[in-house]
Amino acid sequence: MKRAGFASRWLPILLLVPQLSIILVFFYWPAAYAVKSSFYLQDPFGFGQTFVGLENYASLSNSAEYFKVTNFTVIFTVLVTFFSLALALLLAVKADKVIRGAKTYRTLLMWVYAVAPPVAGFVGLLLFNQRWGPLTEFFGSLGWDFNLRADYFDTAFAMVVVSVWKQVPVNFIFFLSGLQSIPKSVREAALIDNRSASGRFWDVTFPLLAPTGFFLLIINITYALFDTFGVIDTLVQGEPGNNPMTLVYKVYVDGFRGNDLGGSSAQSVVLMVLVLALTVFQFRMVEKRIHYT
Amino acid sequence: MADISLSAAAPVVPRRRFRWSTVVDHAILITGALIMFLPLLILVQTASTPDVETMKYGPGLYFGDQLDDNFRKALFEASGFSGENTGLAMFKNSMILGLGFAFGKIIIGMMAAYAIVYFRLRFATFAFWLIFTTLLLPLEVRILPSYEITQKLGLLNTYTGLIVPLIASATATFFFRQFFRSVPEELVEAARIDGAGPVKFFIDILVPLSQTMIAAMFIIMFVYGWNQYLWPTMVTTEEGMYTLVRGIKQIVQVLQGGNEIPEYGRANVLAIIAVLPPVAIVIFFQSWFVKGLTESDK
Repeated sequence: MKRAGFASRWLPILLLVPQLSIILVFFYWPAAYAVKSSFYLQDPFGFGQTFVGLENYASLSNSAEYFKVTNFTVIFTVLVTFFSLALALLLAVKADKVIRGAKTYRTLLMWVYAVAPPVAGFVGLLLFNQRWGPLTEFFGSLGWDFNLRADYFDTAFAMVVVSVWKQVPVNFIFFLSGLQSIPKSVREAALIDNRSASGRFWDVTFPLLAPTGFFLLIINITYALFDTFGVIDTLVQGEPGNNPMTLVYKVYVDGFRGNDLGGSSAQSVVLMVLVLALTVFQFRMVEKRIHYT
Repeated sequence: MADISLSAAAPVVPRRRFRWSTVVDHAILITGALIMFLPLLILVQTASTPDVETMKYGPGLYFGDQLDDNFRKALFEASGFSGENTGLAMFKNSMILGLGFAFGKIIIGMMAAYAIVYFRLRFATFAFWLIFTTLLLPLEVRILPSYEITQKLGLLNTYTGLIVPLIASATATFFFRQFFRSVPEELVEAARIDGAGPVKFFIDILVPLSQTMIAAMFIIMFVYGWNQYLWPTMVTTEEGMYTLVRGIKQIVQVLQGGNEIPEYGRANVLAIIAVLPPVAIVIFFQSWFVKGLTESDK
């Protein structure tokens, strides 16, 4: 906190009122509402609700479908996070290295950041079109009968590809900025000590990028869990059927489409706990990082 | 974190090896750039081709002559039942959402951050935790109760219902708090000695100092607001309130069903209009945008 400050009594309160009132109405109220509804069973016709205790949670843990969705979400998150980080790191290292056209490459590799996830999904629909999609034809020529929305695996594949494509630019921006903040003296010292470029990368550059990488890991997990909603919804064209879906998509489908407020709220609460755990983990790591720099 | 600049020094290695690795580097970068670009080029190609041809053969190698026609159709003819969701109307709604979200978030965030950093408050710690807990849970996690509450307040199909619940997180507040704390304390003391009150200090000194930060935040927030999908899908059911990105859902459903020839041309023009403004802003204000984005990593 600043030591020098102003001593007005009413002004800070006035300044805080807009922020506080918005988060009270649209953050704390909904969050509390979700916790409360998760203990109730909603009447399907909207006539009141009955208290059922932990029944919604119990039926979640017994649900084979919920298990399947959780399973898919974990695999999906791991794949999207790994590939978008790895590809972005490769591109950032190369973009940091070249001298000619560095600025042009930077622009060409980052602008997809601004493309909305559902538009990315829409482009995916064209690329993976059953009849004439360029990628479907390409896979066909390799002997893979690609079937978007009809085949579980193929749909999951398309979801991962589109989500990675959309996420590489953000990671690229952060990695490149991280690389360029490595002091010149460190680079030169490394150059003297280590002749091989790949040796220099793994021994010097990679550890120095670790804080950026860790921050991005959290960002990417959050992206895969939540922001891919638009990609998934467009790729299945709003009709999930037997196609793969993530946990957030299921919250939406059960609650908004299926009118199962209790079950959907229980799922929301499970997600909240998951995200909180992730954040606590992140803060712990950040504290450690501050300690040794 | 430092700005992205072109300061990378060339390693001093024997000339021949250096050349070959450079070729490989460029090849990788060009492949990456093409993979980013080509999928969106397909949008433009199909938008310029007659729908019948697209339906039969898919994206081709040549550009057609239908771009004008499809643009006119997409902008001025409605695709739904109510006749209210023309491309132009959706563009207007997207603008209102993008700008409203960005302005709202920045103004509210700056005010709150100013109060937290520069005033001694009795319940400061409590307010701080109340505000920054919102960073932990994204809207998607509490999407259904947020919808129910917005409905109870009668805000469905209104701009307020579209924008305000999205503002209910403290990302901008956090960002400005970090920035204000980096402003030298002597400035406040000097201002006080000169007899400037808190309001004058904020408007005459702090806001001008924050210009670059505000610009960076504005770009990030505008793009974020413009690209919202799930929340607009839930709260806007009237076609007159659709944004371009929310309209994608409708486009997709139109392409899926029906016995007629799907209107690929019009659909793809709408997708292009949905992408252009945020992409243009990110490209033109690249250095601010990159600074704002990477500064938030703290």
